[in-house]
Amino acid sequence: MKILVIEDDAQAAAYMVKGLRESGHVVDHVADGKDGLFMAGSETYDVLIVDRLLPGRDGLSLVEILRGAGTETPVLFLSALGSVDDRVRGLRAGGDDYLTKPYAFSELLARVEALGRRKSAGAAATTRLQVGDLEMDLLARRVRRGAKQIDLLPREFRLLEYLMRHAGNVVTRTMLLENVWDYHFDPQTNVIDVHVARLRQKIDRDFPTPMIHTVRGAGYTLRA
Amino acid sequence: MPDLGLLRTTTFRVALLYLGLFIASVLVILGLIYWFTAGFIERQTDETIAAEIAGLREHYRQRRLPGLIEVVNARSATPRSNTLYLVASPTYAPLAGNLSAWPDAVPDQDGWVEFEIKDAPPVPDGRRHDARAVMFTLSGGYHLLVGRDTRERSHFQERVLISLAWALLLTIGLGAAGGVLISRNVMHRIDAINRTTRQIMSGALQERMAVQGSGDELDQLAGNLNAMLDQIEQLMVGMRQVSDSVAHDLRTPLTRLRSRLEITLVECSGEDEYRAAIQEAIGEADRLLGIFSALLSIAEAEAGTLQRSFQKVALADIARQIADLYEPAAEEAGLTFASDIRAEPVVLGNQQLLAQAVANLLDNALKYSPPGGRVTLAVDGPDGARGTCISVSDGGPGIPADQRETVLRRFVRLESSRSSPGNGLGLSLVDAVARLHGARLEMDDNRPGLIVAIVFPRIGAG
Repeated sequence: MKILVIEDDAQAAAYMVKGLRESGHVVDHVADGKDGLFMAGSETYDVLIVDRLLPGRDGLSLVEILRGAGTETPVLFLSALGSVDDRVRGLRAGGDDYLTKPYAFSELLARVEALGRRKSAGAAATTRLQVGDLEMDLLARRVRRGAKQIDLLPREFRLLEYLMRHAGNVVTRTMLLENVWDYHFDPQTNVIDVHVARLRQKIDRDFPTPMIHTVRGAGYTLRA
Repeated sequence: MPDLGLLRTTTFRVALLYLGLFIASVLVILGLIYWFTAGFIERQTDETIAAEIAGLREHYRQRRLPGLIEVVNARSATPRSNTLYLVASPTYAPLAGNLSAWPDAVPDQDGWVEFEIKDAPPVPDGRRHDARAVMFTLSGGYHLLVGRDTRERSHFQERVLISLAWALLLTIGLGAAGGVLISRNVMHRIDAINRTTRQIMSGALQERMAVQGSGDELDQLAGNLNAMLDQIEQLMVGMRQVSDSVAHDLRTPLTRLRSRLEITLVECSGEDEYRAAIQEAIGEADRLLGIFSALLSIAEAEAGTLQRSFQKVALADIARQIADLYEPAAEEAGLTFASDIRAEPVVLGNQQLLAQAVANLLDNALKYSPPGGRVTLAVDGPDGARGTCISVSDGGPGIPADQRETVLRRFVRLESSRSSPGNGLGLSLVDAVARLHGARLEMDDNRPGLIVAIVFPRIGAG
């Protein structure tokens, strides 16, 4: 993917750019909002990573300008302000996701890739998801793997839907908590792991090849 | 007491303004006094002359010039009369009256004239006009003058003016002195407040403003400043406690992290060992970050600024979602998990923080309950035993009644739970969130175990 990083902290930016490039992405980096506006407006990117606190302006206003000018590139906000209010403001200004500093790089990478996929998948309302021999019918709320009908609880269905929509990508625990339960805090208990373990029981138990994999130190991924 | 500063102070300016108004009103009053005394006498003079003229005119009509001369002579003979008469021939030669010569002053439009009496004894202040008269020309070219000696009148007017001027001077003097005294008194007290404030700013934090006890505005100001200082002091004590415990509690894991990395550097040989050491370091750093975000959440809840964004929140919905999130984990830990939703209360609040508080309570319940125990998440409405509340009960060791206040403090961990993972911030956050929502945190004995309830205040209709 082609990613633009708008971040004024040189060290943080270098670390981010290096990591993203090693993961196979093409990355441009600018250090202030003015250049960021110019670059984002003149080139085509798959994802913008925007720091909230840029020299002389708030990243929020930059994204508002871009959105006003019709740029629909997905935006991931980075912020040292991790409060409930700030997240809401960031998403209201046109951000698609919000990550609080300090973050684990694996978390950033997973979120950036999820955003890039969302764009390439397009906004077309789909009624069926398919990964390998795993099929999900979103209208009938039914899941099959091969010939086997799998019964899922509502929350398990939502969890699997999210994993299937991001098939092949790493999905972090925080992403699952935010997108399946809409919670933005970090439980002390490993609640997400238990949910995934139960889903894995139902999806993978009777099949030779597992589909849900744990990625150490990062999260989970579903692939055929 | 800086006297130069006095001229620049608001109090003094206000005093000066009042003095100005005071002088203006005194001037009006003195003007009225003058009008009613000296002015009255002046008008009296003119009226007297007019009456004389009316009398003379009557005589002249009846008996022409001889009659007029007779009357004038008769009236001029009256001693100590202030009225002046002169009948003169067409060539201005005096024929009768008590003036020795026709004055050469020119009358104004109404025939009034002011002149000096030549043969009068000179007045000490050398004033020129000391008579006021009306001149007539009679038939045959004869002239008549009727007037009044105004020397006494002028003298009186002057005396009135002088005394009024003195009164004015005295007023200004007294007003200014009073203003200075009053503003000096106020200034002195404000100065004291400023002095104390400066002392406090330079570090004497325990200093307080002096209160006179009169309960006036300055006393109220001093009282309010003192109350504000007390509050700031309390906040600072709180802040100091937090930073002390942060320093203390973060130093331990940071030191551990550092020494571990150091040992790794010295002793590690293979890549696997490095890998393991780095993973451990990352885990330790994550714990530290967890402490930070918990502290930030607590700070945010305690700041109270979130109240602006409060919305209607259905407690039962929060309970259902959190139960959905935690149920598998509870079962995995060998616990019986039950939801007990008895009502559907709606409160004003922040959904995320309330959910986080309930999640923290469940984290604790799962952590401390022995396998086979029972964890219940309950919601009750305003008609319940406690009122509107959301509560978590467990079958763990509970918290002794005398320590229930203590565990709400940051980083406090009971001896009995030192060995289990945790940062001692969970209940502090729950408490901060409860207080943000104006709710109480109630802890009871579940016999065995602990019940923690967030009890919301009763809201009146609407």
